[in-house]
Amino acid sequence: MYGFLIAVGVLLLMSIIWMVYRIQTLVSVVKGSDKKIASGSNKINALMFVLFLVGATILMFWYSIKEFDNYQLPIASEHGEVTDRLFWITMAVTGVVFLITHVLLFWFPYKYQYDEKRKAAFYPDNNKLEVIWTIVPAIALTVLVIGGWKAWSDITAPAPENSHVVEILGYQFAWEVRYPGMDNTLGEHDYRLTSATNVSGVDFTDKNSLDDFTSPVVVIPKGEPVLFKIRARDVLHSVFAPHMRLKMDAVPGMPTRFWFTATKTTDEMRRETGNDEFVYEIACTEICGRGHNAMRKEIRVVEPEEFRKWMADQKPYIVNNPALVSDLPEELKELAEITISEYK
Amino acid sequence: MATASVASHSDAAHDHHDHEHHDNFITKYIFSTDHKMIGKQFLVTGIFWAIIGGLLSLIFRLQLGFPDMDLEWLRPILGGWITPDGKLDPEFYLALVTMHGTIMVFFVLTAGLSGTFSNFLIPLQIGARDMASGFMNMLSYWFFFVSGVIMFISLFIETGPAGGGWVVYPPLSALEQAIPGSGLGMTLWLVSMTFFIASSLLGGINYITTVINLRTKGMSFSRLPLTIWAFFLTAVIGLLSFPVLFSAALLLVFDRSFGTSFYLADIYIGGEALPNTGGSPVLYQHLFWFLGHPEVYIVLLPALGITSEVIATNSRKPIFGYKAMIISMLGITILSFVVWAHHMFVSGMNPFLGSIFMFLTLIIAIPSAVKVFNYLTTLWRGNLIFTPGMLFSIGLVSFFISGGLTGIFLGNSAIDIQLHDTYFVVAHFHLVMGSASFFGLMAGVYHWFPKMFGRMMDARLGYIHFWATFIGVYLVFFPMHYIGIAGFPRRYYSWTGFEFSNMYTDLNMFVSVAAILTFGAQLIFLFNFFYSMYRGRVASLNPWRSTTLEWTTPLHPQHGNWPGEIPAVYRWPYDYSKPGAAEDFIPQTVPLSATPESNLPHEQELVKLEKEIIAEEEAVLVANESSKS
Ligand code: HEM
Ligand SMILES: [Cu+2]
Ligand SMILES: [Cu+2]
Repeated sequence: MYGFLIAVGVLLLMSIIWMVYRIQTLVSVVKGSDKKIASGSNKINALMFVLFLVGATILMFWYSIKEFDNYQLPIASEHGEVTDRLFWITMAVTGVVFLITHVLLFWFPYKYQYDEKRKAAFYPDNNKLEVIWTIVPAIALTVLVIGGWKAWSDITAPAPENSHVVEILGYQFAWEVRYPGMDNTLGEHDYRLTSATNVSGVDFTDKNSLDDFTSPVVVIPKGEPVLFKIRARDVLHSVFAPHMRLKMDAVPGMPTRFWFTATKTTDEMRRETGNDEFVYEIACTEICGRGHNAMRKEIRVVEPEEFRKWMADQKPYIVNNPALVSDLPEELKELAEITISEYK
Repeated sequence: MATASVASHSDAAHDHHDHEHHDNFITKYIFSTDHKMIGKQFLVTGIFWAIIGGLLSLIFRLQLGFPDMDLEWLRPILGGWITPDGKLDPEFYLALVTMHGTIMVFFVLTAGLSGTFSNFLIPLQIGARDMASGFMNMLSYWFFFVSGVIMFISLFIETGPAGGGWVVYPPLSALEQAIPGSGLGMTLWLVSMTFFIASSLLGGINYITTVINLRTKGMSFSRLPLTIWAFFLTAVIGLLSFPVLFSAALLLVFDRSFGTSFYLADIYIGGEALPNTGGSPVLYQHLFWFLGHPEVYIVLLPALGITSEVIATNSRKPIFGYKAMIISMLGITILSFVVWAHHMFVSGMNPFLGSIFMFLTLIIAIPSAVKVFNYLTTLWRGNLIFTPGMLFSIGLVSFFISGGLTGIFLGNSAIDIQLHDTYFVVAHFHLVMGSASFFGLMAGVYHWFPKMFGRMMDARLGYIHFWATFIGVYLVFFPMHYIGIAGFPRRYYSWTGFEFSNMYTDLNMFVSVAAILTFGAQLIFLFNFFYSMYRGRVASLNPWRSTTLEWTTPLHPQHGNWPGEIPAVYRWPYDYSKPGAAEDFIPQTVPLSATPESNLPHEQELVKLEKEIIAEEEAVLVANESSKS
């Protein structure tokens, strides 16, 4: 069906083209306009630029305003406020330049369209102008860069001491989350220890790993710094939390990090957006194969008290799956068994 | 004077004549060493690839715009890549994106644009009989051809073509377990690119040598048309950056086939821990973007050069700020080598590097801005003739502005955190690189078609083609900014899996429809191009009343370009609407001494010098002739 429709469409298009072509060649031969330097179409083309300018500007403003709430995702992190402000400042500056240059670009063709009686101005250069329009953009860009540089330095500065650590491991095609437990220190890992039951390759001979636990959702407290320690175990992935304005590649063999402070709990955001289903999400933004578009993880932002309660309720890997520590050396095994019994 | 030039003609062009008698179909149209024929070969091959690349994009646009559509009707072409329930296979979707990118960037906008116009125009505009090495030039085309054949074959193999994105980042591109396209498909990609790199280098060396050594008398660097400056600098960029891509690819080959660990470390995949340790995927990204960023200028500079020429000619006005244009291009050339890591702000590299590259990146926006202002001022108080070439050039400037400005967002590492790898980036580079360069290509074809084929393309079809394409491109790529700001990631088969991106289905549908229509509008061009080649109106010798040398050749220049002596050059290429002159253009071949009425004060002083040189030359020619006879 589609094939037929498309074939008809193409045929129609071709015959229209053919007809237009034949008619206009005949017309132009009759009028002798193919001999002129600039035919009557010159006027039409000049006018089209102005029409395009007006039409496109209206369309752009109309859509940008109408859709604002749809494309402007709510912000939920402290640094997100800063980067979004930079974004909109840049938008204002470039927007003005965009409009001015385009008005000139499309108005000049109309204003200076060919006229036999006129001669173009011989105006090969003007050093003063060149200097001005080198320096003015340079200054504008410097201001923008300095703002960006300050924000970037703050964002990428070392995480505060008291940050809550969360490890996020990307693999084809999901994210595995690991919390360090009460000691706030993640246990060592080794990719060779990876297995179906030990997705993150946790090394349980490291005492710090005994209280590490996993969670199907990334739960973090509002208002307190959180440090994502990011890893990948097969190919590149990238942790992207759009509402947090957070993105960092997950690289096999090279741990990366990103710290931030969430400013609104999931519940607050639900109230603010009037959407009861609202959730914060993590997506993958580095092409990684078949399931690239399906690496979804939910982030739940909660009040700090609730977070502490939740942390206390979680059961370490080894509690849920004691087999993980079955072949540890004697002394460690004892330690592990103590941990397990504590959680029971 | 007349006898002198004839004498030296038979002398200098002797070899050619011998050749031409033996020219058969194969040496004339296939294994040609004539730069004009090679340019046309690049053009036609480029057009072929543009059609393929465009069709691929339509397939994945169908998926994005109409995710529920039954694609069963594509099964005759795509076979097993259509799943049993009539959908596109997600892995094949990725392969389509990858092939589309590779084909468009390398085959269409590098070979199709640079290859066509550097070859066609350099000898004609600098006044040379051919490239420095016609044979290398021929090899350059045939390496490109082989590269294309291999890439084309890879489209049809069972495991599919490479599917890791046009940047083919390892480990995805190194491990067959990760995606089937990284098997044979990726091997073919690497082999094909190796041929392509060789082709680019052969071409580039030739362009550089030719521009430096074979300029005609009087054609100093300060009298070169901006096209030639652009081709020259493009070739320099290519020569310095393509070898780095080659080394990146070579190390990838080692990792893939010989068990090395340049890019691989600590990988557990397919239920198995690989032995590789110590490698770094980020190293590959550095190497790739060391080519990758210059590559975007390899693609853009020739288009800007063509635009400069076409805008000046059709504004009947000198290009404004000729020197500033050259300095900007030089600036872009140099800076393009020191901004590569702005593609890697969130790759995990040291954030301090990010700061450095943010500063360097925003510096490169300055020469770009200067170029835009100079184009605008060239239009100002001109006497504009809207040939199709001119329309496409103005369109190019518009895209260059729109896409360049979004570069300022992306170059700011703090803002890029959110925008990286979203549709905002897709919008950015499709406007500033894809569409701008494509419009440069079109401007060039419309403008130089009369020189290539001795006939005119139909102007009115050109107007229709332009307006449909210009409006179409904006309808396709402008909406992508909104989608990008909303956070829609690139290279997604479908966005419905996420709450934040589970919208804009209407906008995506709109974009897809616009893309199909815009592609359809290219049929107008194809018809016009091939029809005019045989049936177009016969062109006059200088249809745009242009000043540059190519228009002094016969309608159908033979191998060797000028039947007699190569004309000498006496002035810069932009003497349009010079006050005092009778016509609104003075060709470069007209001596200053012949135009006392329009010479500027400093040119008047050059007249004396010029006269001495002409006299000297004549003496030499006379002497030559008498010694021979
Ligand atoms: C005003 C000057 C420009 C600036 C500041 C700029 C900046 C950037 C930045 C920072 C990115 C990386 C974005 C990201 O992936 O997050 C980028 C991407 C890109 N830019 Fe530009 N750009 C400029 C002009 C250009 C030009 C002139 C071209 C081409 C002719 C170009 C082509 C590209 C391409 C192809 C990509 C995407 C590559 C990919 O990820 O596949 N840019 N640009
Ligand atoms: Cu992924
Ligand atoms: Cu770049």
